[in-house]
Amino acid sequence: MAANEVSHSPSFTKTFYESLFDFADGENIKACLQCASCSGACPFGYLMDFPPGRMIAWMRAGIFDEVMDTDTVWMCISCYACTEVCPKDIPLTPGLMTRAKEELLLAGNVPTELQSALEFSQRYGNPLGESPRKRADWAKDLQPEVPIMRKAKRPVDVLWFVGDYPSYHPRVQQSTIALYKVLNALGIDYGILGPEENSDGDTQRLAGEKGLFEMLAEKNGKAFSRYEFNEIITTDPHAYNAIKNEYPQLGIEYPVKHFTEFLAERLDDLKPLLKGNGEVKVTYHDPCYLGRANKVYDQPRALLEAIPGVELVEMSHNRTTSLCCGGGGGGMWLDGFQWEKAHVRLSEWRVSEAVTAGADVLAVACPYEPPRFEDAAKMVEGAGNLAVKDIAELLADAMEG
Amino acid sequence: MTHILVTAKLVPDLVEELEIAESGTALDMTWLRLIINEFDDHAIEQAIILKERSGCEVTVIAPDQEGMDDVLFTAAAKGADRIIKLVGDFEEGVNNHALARTLAASTKEIGPDLILTGVQGNDDFDGSVGPYLAEYLGMTYVGYVAGVTLEGDKAIVHKEYPGGLIAELEVTLPAVLGIQAAEQPPRYVAVSKVRQMMKEASIDEVDVLDLDPSGGLEISSMYLPEAAERAEMLDGDEEEIAARLVEIFKEIGVV
Repeated sequence: MAANEVSHSPSFTKTFYESLFDFADGENIKACLQCASCSGACPFGYLMDFPPGRMIAWMRAGIFDEVMDTDTVWMCISCYACTEVCPKDIPLTPGLMTRAKEELLLAGNVPTELQSALEFSQRYGNPLGESPRKRADWAKDLQPEVPIMRKAKRPVDVLWFVGDYPSYHPRVQQSTIALYKVLNALGIDYGILGPEENSDGDTQRLAGEKGLFEMLAEKNGKAFSRYEFNEIITTDPHAYNAIKNEYPQLGIEYPVKHFTEFLAERLDDLKPLLKGNGEVKVTYHDPCYLGRANKVYDQPRALLEAIPGVELVEMSHNRTTSLCCGGGGGGMWLDGFQWEKAHVRLSEWRVSEAVTAGADVLAVACPYEPPRFEDAAKMVEGAGNLAVKDIAELLADAMEG
Repeated sequence: MTHILVTAKLVPDLVEELEIAESGTALDMTWLRLIINEFDDHAIEQAIILKERSGCEVTVIAPDQEGMDDVLFTAAAKGADRIIKLVGDFEEGVNNHALARTLAASTKEIGPDLILTGVQGNDDFDGSVGPYLAEYLGMTYVGYVAGVTLEGDKAIVHKEYPGGLIAELEVTLPAVLGIQAAEQPPRYVAVSKVRQMMKEASIDEVDVLDLDPSGGLEISSMYLPEAAERAEMLDGDEEEIAARLVEIFKEIGVV
């Protein structure tokens, strides 16, 4: 029963390579041109021992085991930049990079920071190590009350999957409460799972912990099955991605929308409620799991443009070329590791682009981002007056006028 | 081959607020979450490190508490060869005298060369398990150990003393060591490996009929810490507060 070492054998390379065929379009890997677009598009490609293209080259040469001896695979933040530019449509992010992390994790080659987030997720159902009983505490003092399904005991139209950081992180809770206000103003019939909700598990999956992902998904699936609702909305693009694209493979199938999609469908009801707060230049950061991974680019922008006084400006990287905040694929739990390797922060790069674009507000739609970008703004020259706001916050503010 | 026995127990998980039971002498177990005693987790890790380094056989033994199966299967997934659960009346919690007596009885039957246990636990009211276990077994005990090397029938151990002193001691086996920290942090095992172990490994059960808590403390009352109003809040703008702070520092002689 000894802990496994990563196997160093040609058969390991072969087994690993063939396991990539199981992903959607997985066999495209056979057509890799070695053009290295992936390595160039990767925000950390320059310091990885094995960016995706080189990984494929070594696999073809049958010497993949050396890839498993490095730890720079953990620099992959699963941002889909490589997958987006690949001319042969190889599923590099969900396939190759995630599988490589899985093998490293099985071999016990896990950075300590990441380990605690995984252990917390396993034990408490959230990566922050907070009490699962306190998952709905953000809503404790709110009036009108947030309906919790177990107590409400009635069917609802919309099940709001709140998510980890929106439930527990003090900064992100403000965005959560903003979304609560918007849902109430629109008269949406919604409910939340509260303590029955577990982490969506998507980032854990992309950090190589597939077993943990399945465990969390099963728990959420059980909770979903206890209640009646028509559709799910999520605060978090990662939860949206998981429920939309990954849960169905485990037999958990529900219609799901990110809140920006859901609200964009109700623009006609929303517009009369928005009073605006004067002239303001806003730039929008496409989150990887809303944009590149799920092609939702227009709805968030439509919501921002609906706010009177908002002038939408674009950063140099936008839509398909959007820059990751650095939090995906486990990056949220690898800040120290990334800093040690890179001595740069992707969030600072992004914030400096927002400054260059002349924005007053950096609008976001992913719960990883307010704390990451606000921290970065403290470090970036000229970003002292840049406000980082979730789209839900901008909408709620505009309603109050 | 050196046979290492590791003892483990679960302790209250401080992620939840602790509540006092109606009796006023114990924690309310209704909502209490249990977690492996952090120091026992280090003891398991140290045993696995020794196994990898010197080819030992590792057995983990623990009382039956809610969630213990997961802890034992996790230990097996890390590399423990045998996992044993003491089955008895442990749910309401037992003191360390009773636990150590029970562990001693099983240990005699197992006959290990080295026993590792966490040096302490957050629910140790009556001293820690290790020294009692050593006493009941008539073995040597060394506590606050961070680092173990096996050399034949001896163990070279690093023991931490206050003030940053570390002693290297040679201990003749069999002996009991209280582990303060393993040589590396406890490793991560993938959930899939633990789940696989749940299918493949089995937990040996040992029935415990009597638990003898004698010698332990009798708790007469238990209460949550009460807030005292000893803090002085400084009011005013930044300048005033800073000036007052400097004054206070001078008064108490730190500047």
